[in-house]
Amino acid sequence: MIIPLEHILMFSTLLFAIGVYGTLVRRNLIGILISIELILNAVNVNLVAFSRTTALSPDTGQIFTFFVIALAAAAAAVGLAIVLALYRTSRTIFTD
Amino acid sequence: MSAIDSIPFFIPEILLLIGAFAVLFADFFVTNKKLIGITGLVILVATACLARLPAEPQALFSGFFQLDAFTHFFRYAALGIVGVTILTSLSYARMPKAYQSEYYSLFLFMAFGLILMSAATNLLMIFLAVEFVSIVSYLLVGFLKDDPGSKEASAKYLLFGSLASAIMLFGMSLLFGATGSLDLDVIRAQLAGSGFADLGLISLMLILVGLGFKISMAPFHMWAPDVYQGAPTPVTAFLTVGPKALGFAVLIRVLAGSFDHLYSHWSSLIFVLSILTMTIGNVVAIAQNNIKRLLAYSSIAQAGYILMGIVAFSDTGLRAVLIYLIAYAFTNLGAFVVVIAVSNRFQSDELESYSGLGRRAPLLAASLTIFLLSLAGMPPFAGFIGKFYVFTSALEAGFVSIAVVAALNSAVAAYYYFRVIRQMYLVPASDEDPISPSFSLALALCLMLIGTIALGIFPGPLLGFISQIVPL
Repeated sequence: MIIPLEHILMFSTLLFAIGVYGTLVRRNLIGILISIELILNAVNVNLVAFSRTTALSPDTGQIFTFFVIALAAAAAAVGLAIVLALYRTSRTIFTD
Repeated sequence: MSAIDSIPFFIPEILLLIGAFAVLFADFFVTNKKLIGITGLVILVATACLARLPAEPQALFSGFFQLDAFTHFFRYAALGIVGVTILTSLSYARMPKAYQSEYYSLFLFMAFGLILMSAATNLLMIFLAVEFVSIVSYLLVGFLKDDPGSKEASAKYLLFGSLASAIMLFGMSLLFGATGSLDLDVIRAQLAGSGFADLGLISLMLILVGLGFKISMAPFHMWAPDVYQGAPTPVTAFLTVGPKALGFAVLIRVLAGSFDHLYSHWSSLIFVLSILTMTIGNVVAIAQNNIKRLLAYSSIAQAGYILMGIVAFSDTGLRAVLIYLIAYAFTNLGAFVVVIAVSNRFQSDELESYSGLGRRAPLLAASLTIFLLSLAGMPPFAGFIGKFYVFTSALEAGFVSIAVVAALNSAVAAYYYFRVIRQMYLVPASDEDPISPSFSLALALCLMLIGTIALGIFPGPLLGFISQIVPL
């Protein structure tokens, strides 16, 4: 069974919206970072879905996805390091 | 051109990368950390000497990068900005002693990332280069290990930056869906041919979030004052010019490369954002009492002026952006060199530390005056040339209203720049101990002064170089 593109796009837009909502509402730094990961996953879903349907050459979208995953890992490493350093000096991980 | 054929054109960047790793590992063998910083400077100069502009624009690495006059221009700009930052860092008093070689090597990596930003003509490479520069800047902002302010600034920069680049990435994925390609030229052809121009415009707006964050464009400027205030001062100096200049480079690449035929759709958006950016920056700057915050808001306002050139979107307009960026880089870096010299002495960036600077350190005060006048756009300094071309291009394109708003804004800006000058010359200091900047600061100050004054009086060579660049 092939899932139609519209359904995937609705799913990824919802994921994107949840991520943006999370970054705006959460007060915990880790929570915000996880919300940003949700947005990146929405991007990945989009890229893979488009690479199967509208892409001129199907591999570009999938390669892009791998780069997004790798960059998300790097950003998470740097992000957690900064959160840890912040916690050591100011004993809090809440933004307010 | 295939990857192997591209390598001869890529030698300066490869040297820069090798140098960055060498500086990172030199930490194990070299005890004099200043020497490592000087090595970094030598590597930057060698890279700049090796950089050559091929006679024809070259598409390197199967079209991922474009080596043309535009890239070449920003290559020099990136190397120069990073070079001056390292020069000022050499005598920054609050620099942690233990991590200096990491600091310098991060800046060399940063120079590499900045060059890639200007060269990228593929959405994947644009994303990677922008993210590379962002991640390195998060680290550099948090470099003062025991300072909670620096950590807080770093965390704030990280959150805003990751969110902005995630939204930009979502825009790129939609653009990929609308056009089926990541290459800017192919995207343009597909957008012109297919009925997906609306989706293309939506994705352009999402991409503008990420790039607007980099150039601190309103309404994505909220991070700037806090981050600029908390970061180590040399890093602040770098952040106000480096990522901003290259953010504009990417913006021009994307707009001119893929969206030039949709100009009538996005011009009014940039028009409004430009007015908003300069007004917010200037109005809020009036109330600031910390020189770093004041310069932060002034740098937001400057981004608004530079956006005028993009609103005009003519050959003159885009060249005006480049001229303004260079003039602004000299001026703002110079102003921050004085800020570093004063903060080394007082451990404070409040405006009160500047009282009596005119008697305490006449040369520092005179040069800060020149830089502030240049930022305000007074002739005969570099800032005037930048403003002149930006205003001309806006008027040529028929945007009289934006020119009027910008002129009013310049008047507001002159008020707070003159407040600093008044503090230096008219408010007496408690004591009259002279401040003598160290050799590297004095050298950086001289270079920036020469640049600011020379560009204002003899802009000919720069204009000649920029006239070779065909942005559209």
